[in-house]
Amino acid sequence: MIAGSKLERMLEAGHFVVTGELGPPKGADITGMKHHAEGMKNHVEACNITDNQTAIVRTSSIACGAALVQMGIEPIIQIVTRDRNRICIQSDVLGAQALGIKNILCIAGDHMKFGNEPGSKGVYDIDSIQLLKGLKDLRDEKKFMGGEELDGEVSYYLGAVENPFADPFEFRVDRLEKKIRAGASFIQTQCIFDLDRFEKWMEMVRERGLHKKIKILGGITPIKSLGAARYMKNNVSGITIPDELIDRLKNAEDKKEEGLKIAIETIERLKEIEGVAGVHVMAIAWEEKVPEIVERAGLYPRPKID
Amino acid sequence: MIIAERKPLEEIAAMVAPFKRVLVLGCNTCVAVCMAGGQKEAEETAALLRIHRKKANIDGVVEVFSIERQCEFEMIDEVVDKLKGYDVILSMACGVGVQTMIEHIPSLRVMPGLNTTSMGYPLEQGVWVERCLGCGNCVLHLTMGICPISRCAKSILNGPCGGSAEGKCELGKDVDCAWHLIHERLKAFDRLSDLDEIQPPKDWSTSHHGGNRTTVREDVKIDRG
Repeated sequence: MIAGSKLERMLEAGHFVVTGELGPPKGADITGMKHHAEGMKNHVEACNITDNQTAIVRTSSIACGAALVQMGIEPIIQIVTRDRNRICIQSDVLGAQALGIKNILCIAGDHMKFGNEPGSKGVYDIDSIQLLKGLKDLRDEKKFMGGEELDGEVSYYLGAVENPFADPFEFRVDRLEKKIRAGASFIQTQCIFDLDRFEKWMEMVRERGLHKKIKILGGITPIKSLGAARYMKNNVSGITIPDELIDRLKNAEDKKEEGLKIAIETIERLKEIEGVAGVHVMAIAWEEKVPEIVERAGLYPRPKID
Repeated sequence: MIIAERKPLEEIAAMVAPFKRVLVLGCNTCVAVCMAGGQKEAEETAALLRIHRKKANIDGVVEVFSIERQCEFEMIDEVVDKLKGYDVILSMACGVGVQTMIEHIPSLRVMPGLNTTSMGYPLEQGVWVERCLGCGNCVLHLTMGICPISRCAKSILNGPCGGSAEGKCELGKDVDCAWHLIHERLKAFDRLSDLDEIQPPKDWSTSHHGGNRTTVREDVKIDRG
């Protein structure tokens, strides 16, 4: 056991894990976010808190993570390398530790161009792999990235993301392996709509035995409307949605129910894939549906763990 | 070479509006190649500026001249008397040229007629691409001659990020993913395993982040005793 977070204990116990996702608000009032957290509390092991996702200014992921800790909900705080240099990131990670946060997800983050401060200066002092390695060394070697020694110790469970739908396709498995070596213990994937491609990726992952070295959580996003599907297909970097899925939504009478059905079917298929350790449900602006999705996918009640 | 493009005429006109005697000074090296600030572009700019000033009822003269390089003291020295005859010089050089002029002849008022964009080369007629950020610690030997510092929007060092699709960057379909290109070249040279190595955080202190840089070569300096 590395950090002993609930997420880590559930994964290590071999349970099919469910994580949720919360996006902090564009304001200091986090009651709405806390309400969503409360709503999915009994249906997920832990909840991601996004870090200024799509480069839009929002309340700090660490501050929101600390609020979740107080509520008895386990946060997975996302850290992007876009906005902070290595000084600030290491400082924030220590702060997160001090506030009881035990899971950290390391990512580069969408470019500033997509956000509400497109004129901002991108930091990108380090990349996501360097971030993983740096935080692993801070934890395991008790050394800062610059080599100086850490006072005392830190203990957190490190995660990363991978996008099996990005190119070059073959590098997506190499990159997973690189992230494992850099220090990732779990991976959350980009939203899965193209299951064939995901299965092909998992096949390559298994061929190299990587599924035994890292816990892979498949990304699930329920599609709320045909417009949302089209928007994601055309505008969100790193997401691919097959045309047949768009057609299925187009032909459905109840688009919302169809969107939920697709998400549930995807989870059902992921449960059958060797090496998939769980799902990461990103119900963007539809957080209240997480309990229903988890229940209908046969993943409720959640297993109890000490 | 240094790549630049001319500032919008309105901005230039507003900049030099308070001055009676204006010299539009072309620079005939880099910025002439990128068709932004050579003799020809200086003449065009002066002509447009004259029309603009006439319409705005601004008195005075706008004259044109150019030198080979505004970033070398010797070349500025050759025309220094002429330069001193104007209230303002609209430099059609890059940002280096503007600064070299005022540092060498502090009494001059020099304003930028161009926006300096990057270091790169002409890809085809009318297209100039950025290829170097001057980070002071070249990694091209690790990346098959393709610079991830200047060409990747995130300057990452460990392979393409999750936003790379069909060879293009997440910024848009008109931007090549530098890491996709590197990956292709590594593959062609059977060196894909080079990417397995985790590249450590870059030392940015050799770049602008370490402060303004002065390069000194003691061995070639002239001892002025």
